[in-house]
Amino acid sequence: MNWAYFFFGKLSWSVFPQNAIAWGGAIFMILCGIAIVLALTYFGRWRWFWRDWLTSLDPKKIGVMYIAVASVMLVRGGADMLLLRAQQATSVGDSFGIVSPTHFQELFSAHGSIMIFFVAMGIMFGLINLIVPLQIGARDVAFPFLNSMSFWLFCAGALLINCSLLLGDFSTAGWLAYPPLSELAYSPTVGVDYWIWGLQIAGIGSLLSGVNFFTTIVKMRTKGMTWNRLPVFCWSVMGSMFLVVFAFPVLTVTLALLYFDRTLAMHFFTAGGGGNMMMYVNLIWAWGHPEVYILVLPAFGVFSEVVPVFSGKKLAGYTSMVWAIWAIVGLSFLVWLHHFFTMGSGADVNAFFGIMTAVIAVPTGVKIFNWLFTMYRGKIRFTSPMLWFVGFVVLFTLGGVAGVVLAEPPADYQLHNSLFLVAHFHTMIVSGVLFGFFAGYTYWFPKIFGFTLDEKWGIRAFWSWFLGFILAFGPLYLLGFEGATRRLDHYAANLGWQPLFIVAGIGAGLIAVGFAFQVAQLVASVRRRHENRDASGDPWNGRTLEWSTVSPPPSYNFAALPVVHARDQFWAQKQSDMQHTRRFEDFEMPKHSAAGVLIGFFSFVLGFGMVWHIWWMVILGLLSAAITVLIRTFDDDTEIRVSASEIVHHEAGLHRIASATV
Amino acid sequence: MYVRSANIPVLEPAGPIALAEKNVIIATLLLCALVVVPVYSMLLVFSWRYRADNPVAHAEHHPTWDHYNWIAELVWWFIPACIIAVLGVIAWQSSNALDPYKQLRSDTPAITIDVVALDWKWLFIYPEQGIASVNLVEFPVDTPVHLYLTADAPMNSFWVPQLAGQIMVMPGMTTQLNLAASRTGDFNGSSANISGAGFSGMAFTARSVSGAEFQQWVASVQASSTPLTAEVYATIATPSEYNAVTYYAPISSGLFGSVVDKYMIPATGPASTADASSSDAMHMTP
Repeated sequence: MNWAYFFFGKLSWSVFPQNAIAWGGAIFMILCGIAIVLALTYFGRWRWFWRDWLTSLDPKKIGVMYIAVASVMLVRGGADMLLLRAQQATSVGDSFGIVSPTHFQELFSAHGSIMIFFVAMGIMFGLINLIVPLQIGARDVAFPFLNSMSFWLFCAGALLINCSLLLGDFSTAGWLAYPPLSELAYSPTVGVDYWIWGLQIAGIGSLLSGVNFFTTIVKMRTKGMTWNRLPVFCWSVMGSMFLVVFAFPVLTVTLALLYFDRTLAMHFFTAGGGGNMMMYVNLIWAWGHPEVYILVLPAFGVFSEVVPVFSGKKLAGYTSMVWAIWAIVGLSFLVWLHHFFTMGSGADVNAFFGIMTAVIAVPTGVKIFNWLFTMYRGKIRFTSPMLWFVGFVVLFTLGGVAGVVLAEPPADYQLHNSLFLVAHFHTMIVSGVLFGFFAGYTYWFPKIFGFTLDEKWGIRAFWSWFLGFILAFGPLYLLGFEGATRRLDHYAANLGWQPLFIVAGIGAGLIAVGFAFQVAQLVASVRRRHENRDASGDPWNGRTLEWSTVSPPPSYNFAALPVVHARDQFWAQKQSDMQHTRRFEDFEMPKHSAAGVLIGFFSFVLGFGMVWHIWWMVILGLLSAAITVLIRTFDDDTEIRVSASEIVHHEAGLHRIASATV
Repeated sequence: MYVRSANIPVLEPAGPIALAEKNVIIATLLLCALVVVPVYSMLLVFSWRYRADNPVAHAEHHPTWDHYNWIAELVWWFIPACIIAVLGVIAWQSSNALDPYKQLRSDTPAITIDVVALDWKWLFIYPEQGIASVNLVEFPVDTPVHLYLTADAPMNSFWVPQLAGQIMVMPGMTTQLNLAASRTGDFNGSSANISGAGFSGMAFTARSVSGAEFQQWVASVQASSTPLTAEVYATIATPSEYNAVTYYAPISSGLFGSVVDKYMIPATGPASTADASSSDAMHMTP
């Protein structure tokens, strides 16, 4: 028996990073961790941090934590981006730039994986947690504990991915790790295993969240909230969660099969022994294409809330908007092959998937027309959420055109895997998803924290992001036509690409400045929180239920559950002078629970063991997680009952209601 | 000015396939403009006219405006649908016309070239001429070129933008690409799919020459080269980066087929390396 292998698996002293940049990243991450620990100790807030945040089952707390973790990961993915851009701007002709080819490949693999799984998904689940229960007039989600567990699985995945900075290396096979490059023959180190387990653990968290929020919207709507009155943000979340439930199991299986190939000498995706790499490419995109819509639908939902409120008008074409969401949901499962038209499928197969892809442009176009008609005859306040919307329409329309071009198979033969493609999907994800989430963040921030964000910094951040985006990705569209493929760590000087890469680098820098402005905005807003305090709970003249409760909302959201009589219920309520009598009732709230944190931690242990082949850790992690789940399952005492008289007393004490209403 | 002087291969086709593909791109862009122009116009006009500090917005403000009946709804679905229908017809016809496997019609007989993507270079085998070359593929102008491609490496994608769009190149599989050059010249080619550390150095030249020049070139390669035996192939297939152009003749027959076939049998090829190294990994000491 080899005891060193038994205890430490593939770990050895040589697993520490070999270059200064990875060391820098690892040390920075560790220092950040130490700073948080010291700050909590110094201010004596450990108990508060543990009870009120880490173990909280309140979706508003979990939502804030999602966005905080996603912001940290945005810094990581953004640092990767700056290094990628610096390399491509300098590595030309005789110069080989600042990082080695292998390090460059780790950077783009990490950038893509982190930005999709831990930034975009993180902010999305953050916003959903914050807003969906409030908007449907619920006190909580359907499965509060499951929600906490999903979040901690997400954190475990994020931590595992970042471990690769300090121990071992990361995948060099791109964000979707096509075999055979990602197989053991070509990627013998632990990099791809980090990728597999980081995504696997976070992905299971996402799947459970999908189940949770789909159920929440179906089952937890307040009295009178019929389907026809459901806010469009909730409709879009429902579409997105439907996709999560059907797409993420495909990812789970695909990643597991790849791990079997790598670890158990199986050959699902190797070229030999009956395996087929094309099966992997089909499977990963059967998840990957719906994933794009999983991210963009909630962002569409945000715009469907922001545009009516800041235009002072109801949303145009509500029914069309809802049908468009479900048309996109259905079609998104019928287009995956457009990611590999160049694989040599027959002409009719390619044409079918090309047409289905172009068809998605119809519901998307209808949505854009309806947002524009919402502005028609409105009274538009160009606050920063509205600016993000305008920036979105400008960029997303062009990105959509690029998408329709790529949907024509013969055009795709020329532009596939070129920088044109890279520019296209960044346009869709940055202007579609990120701009949408930024709009939502600014719009809903006062609801969650009780004070508005600083507009001056918000507008500066918007312009930096918007102009930075044009500078960073305009040249990439052109470079695609010039024959530049993606993921090049070096190119010949006579191709004449360098000036465009330098412009793109400047654009990336401007985007980083935009992010710095967002940090400045948060700092400035917190410092001036007393000036910017919103006592009304409704700073924007909102239309939906979340604005009808106080800001920040109490843990139970509503003292008395609202009853809905109209679409845009809160708006209708403000229009009529009718006094609504509120009926207070007893209700139950979940107790806080440490089980989510523990399961997240044990999953991390499991993942770490899987990556390094430390099998006792795998067994320990799996057993501990399973036992924690069992203990939690048999715990009957998970809720606190709050009586109607208590709540009335409490609310009256805060002067939120007159005590006479009892 | 920069744009005018730069080389934009996708928009400067040098062959019928690339030209037809460029036309599909241009047609699609023009059709999309039918949607982009109204969207941008409405965004601009509505943003300007209905901004809150414009008196017009106050006069015309209509908080419940939603002139939607089912006819209006249908119109907004119908207009983009029409454009997409036209694009769908283009997609169907062009996919069939430009199927990479479809041989080009010509009075000149086609030349067949076998292409092997290696770590990290391209090997071109001319079975009829009995020659082979690395990182340079030469062929006569105005002659259909029929490529059969495979990889003895991770997945790659073969791309010469001035001649034709990409086709993926995979181990254990053969894909095909048909193209032709309508003028002589050197055209840049590369791999468009990440295949490992030396991937960026997989640039090659596609050279279109006159028929006479091609015959001369074939003769010179036949006269002056090392034979492409199984051993020489193994040397070429060893991973190496930024390879210079090299020539080989004569070639051992059936080489291309054996490169494809070796992945069919689990006992040989990198697939078996995977098996061996994974079982090693199980016992690897730290």
